[in-house]
Amino acid sequence: MADNSSNNEYWSANIRIIRICLIIWAVCSFGFGILLRPLLAGIPVGGADLGFWFAQQGSILVFLALIFFYAWRVNKLDKQYGVEE
Amino acid sequence: MDQFTLNLLFVGASFALYIGIAIWARAGSTSEFYAAGRGVHPVTNGMATAADWMSAASFISMAGLLAFGGYSTSSYLMGWTGGYVLLALLLAPYLRKFGKFTVPEFIGDRFYSPTARLVAVICLVVASITYVIGQMTGVGVAFSRFLEVGNTTGLLIGAAIVFFYAVLGGMKGVTYTQVAQYCVLITAYTIPAIFISLQLTGNPIPALGLFGDHSASGTALLSRLDAVVTDLGFREYTLQDGTPSSVINMVLFTFSLMIGTAGLPHVIIRFFTVPKVADARWSAGWALVFIALLYLTAPAVGAMARLNLIDTVYPNGVAEEPVEYSARPDWMKNWEVTGLLKFEDKNGDGRIQWYNDGNEAFQASVADRGWTGSELTVNRDILVLANPEIAQLPGWVIGLVAAGGLAAALSTAAGLLLAISSSVAHDLFKGQLTPNMSEKNELLVARGSMAVAIGVATYLGLNPPGFAAQTVALAFGLAAASIFPALMMGIFFKRINNHGAVAGMLTGLVFTLVYIFLHKGWFFIPGTNQFEDTISGSLLGIQSTAIGSVGAVLNFVVAYFVSNATDEPPQEIQDLVESIRVPKGAGAAVDH
Repeated sequence: MADNSSNNEYWSANIRIIRICLIIWAVCSFGFGILLRPLLAGIPVGGADLGFWFAQQGSILVFLALIFFYAWRVNKLDKQYGVEE
Repeated sequence: MDQFTLNLLFVGASFALYIGIAIWARAGSTSEFYAAGRGVHPVTNGMATAADWMSAASFISMAGLLAFGGYSTSSYLMGWTGGYVLLALLLAPYLRKFGKFTVPEFIGDRFYSPTARLVAVICLVVASITYVIGQMTGVGVAFSRFLEVGNTTGLLIGAAIVFFYAVLGGMKGVTYTQVAQYCVLITAYTIPAIFISLQLTGNPIPALGLFGDHSASGTALLSRLDAVVTDLGFREYTLQDGTPSSVINMVLFTFSLMIGTAGLPHVIIRFFTVPKVADARWSAGWALVFIALLYLTAPAVGAMARLNLIDTVYPNGVAEEPVEYSARPDWMKNWEVTGLLKFEDKNGDGRIQWYNDGNEAFQASVADRGWTGSELTVNRDILVLANPEIAQLPGWVIGLVAAGGLAAALSTAAGLLLAISSSVAHDLFKGQLTPNMSEKNELLVARGSMAVAIGVATYLGLNPPGFAAQTVALAFGLAAASIFPALMMGIFFKRINNHGAVAGMLTGLVFTLVYIFLHKGWFFIPGTNQFEDTISGSLLGIQSTAIGSVGAVLNFVVAYFVSNATDEPPQEIQDLVESIRVPKGAGAAVDH
């Protein structure tokens, strides 16, 4: 444990990134896929609507993007704070 | 060559491959047995995680549930992929940094309490055994079909093979066999889907074909499906049941599957095998890439299978008379042998009427056609395996699918049995009961506990509490309610102490388990349930598959209040949490 305040800063930066990612995660799955589907009913996607697409495919694509973004962003953060292995 | 020989050939060849790898990489020391010597590349690890993860529930069962449930079953798709986001962001890197063998070990150390470790072992064993019951259901379906025997016989043969297989290889065998299994299962899943998508939509990518046009009718595939299912009195495929109780159940069910994913020990244990913390983050992403290949295909498989099934029963359109029983296709005859597809000629006209006879208005409207009830019962778990036969694909595709289904069930069952056995041997015996146990005895206990787990799961699998994916969903609810909150709080909330964690886990587990038993029967024994497992008939208006979310919330709340009412965790534990949060110093892929 080199420097406690720097570690705390690293941790709060990490938490910020996690929070943003989880908001997108929730909005695309629980939001667009389920709760907000009636709002997206007017946008047709191949025989169904955008909400149906999010529930069956879109959310999965968003999840993938989120994990890779997080891995890339936080691995960069590790280097920035010099806490990488 | 007939179909039976062809199936046997494909299944036999794939088994020979896995067993060959398992023998080649036979586990030596216990350290290797548990975590494959900890030097697995993130992409390889991702692929192995995907094979471990995608079980009979994903491969055999899920598309069938989607086919019959339509939009309302999207929870499976979102839940079983969305959990990886939680895993990658909230758990995997930190547990890798902590660097111990098992999940209970982390919980025991973080909450500085052998009791917490013991409770974690119990939670893990309960969730894992429930999970294995679901696998046995799938194994039973697959073996009964391809050996052309009854469902029970198929299950017993399958159990024997799973046992032999899991005891033979440890994690090291499992890591590389699982890469092979992934390749077999993804090929087996996508090839028939591509053929069927081409037949129906002309698009070789099933995920795009689902939202494309149906070649025969010229309308969008999903519109076509909506129209024909409505004409048979079923619920529109893409329709959302907008009633608040149904929406709440769908949200809770999805959430339960997500956090259950992040709490299941056999998946978490895989992240101990990568060399660095940064790799654990990437590895979760790669796992999801390999999983998404199947999960993006599954909704297409489901929708297209439903359409093909209806076309088989009503070859001249749903407005005309259905097919005659004597003229039914061979695949129906094959599945009748297993008892998983049944025909009962209620009106004695020799034709197969298949429609929604639960819909009373529709029942009345077809009364003048002489229909007196739906005559066909199709077990949803057979759909994926029957799919290539329904679409009249060549025999080798059918053999391939049989091999793929078994790969899926086998790999997950092996991973789970390993998680159970390592917990019992490492955490329970070595950690608590007999600390001085030799490595040899530890392996012996590990293998003995595998045998017990598989025996229990097989017995309960004879009368499973639901279709494979539904049973597995219950296991996720249990993991969601017990393990995930303890792990997450252990990393993100320094203030949570031993009392809080133990009280939280016990509350989550007991609440969820009792609720499930009240609706599914005590110890899953049919007929011993007190409430009906429907939204309106259930105790709290929540189905048993969705209750894990509530259990998890209770776990968090109880842990928070109990912790705040009792002493702060000691300084060294707070330092431990600090150190878990920072990748630096994770050290060599910890060799115990």
